[in-house]
Amino acid sequence: MTPLLVAAGALAGAPLRLLAVRLAGRSDRDPSVATLAVNVAGAVVLGVLLGLRDVPAGVLALVGTGFCGTLTTFSSFGADVVRLSEARAVVRAAVYVAVTLVAGLAAAAAGYLLAR
Amino acid sequence: MAYLLAALGGAVGALARWGVAEALPRPDGGWPWATLLVNLTGCLLMGVLLGALATRDPEPAWVQPFLAVGVLGGYTTYSAFAVEVIDLADAGAVAGALGYVLASVVGGVLAVAAGARVVRR
Repeated sequence: MTPLLVAAGALAGAPLRLLAVRLAGRSDRDPSVATLAVNVAGAVVLGVLLGLRDVPAGVLALVGTGFCGTLTTFSSFGADVVRLSEARAVVRAAVYVAVTLVAGLAAAAAGYLLAR
Repeated sequence: MAYLLAALGGAVGALARWGVAEALPRPDGGWPWATLLVNLTGCLLMGVLLGALATRDPEPAWVQPFLAVGVLGGYTTYSAFAVEVIDLADAGAVAGALGYVLASVVGGVLAVAAGARVVRR
């Protein structure tokens, strides 16, 4: 049952991330903007979920591992950093890493504290 | 069509990530091996994929949505990484949290670059 819930959450999370990337492209923004947005959003939702008490294991699998886990990504983050660095946008790459860490970790902590 | 490919790829990637987490359960306050493993291997594979695509023009239309956004995007995760960092710091393991951040970010970026370099040669 758990794998089915994980897959179901992922079926929603991955297309939503693709949508974010395409929206960024349509407004002429770098794809890293979309990666940052989904990563921060997923971090806050997972923070809330883990802050709440008595969340059923099935909900954790569906929304946590499945949806949040798949909405967010680390491989695209790494690829964004390498691409920006190779395009000689090293400052931009460094700012992207810093904002991803500060905003993402703050989002996870805020979600957790708000829900607790 | 691209959204369907992303959804299917995402489900495959998420199931693989879940399998790794099941195989490497994290004790309370322990080092998050499973997330680190999926993120580093996913970054390496992303580098290999992007390196391989760089030599193909035009690239097959299904590859980016299915493999890059779907499978590898879904296999790796930022949300689990973020809550694990907060959890380590909250448990007083500040050095552990910092080490986990460095291992993930520096390791992930180097893995993408290494993967791409291996294929381009």
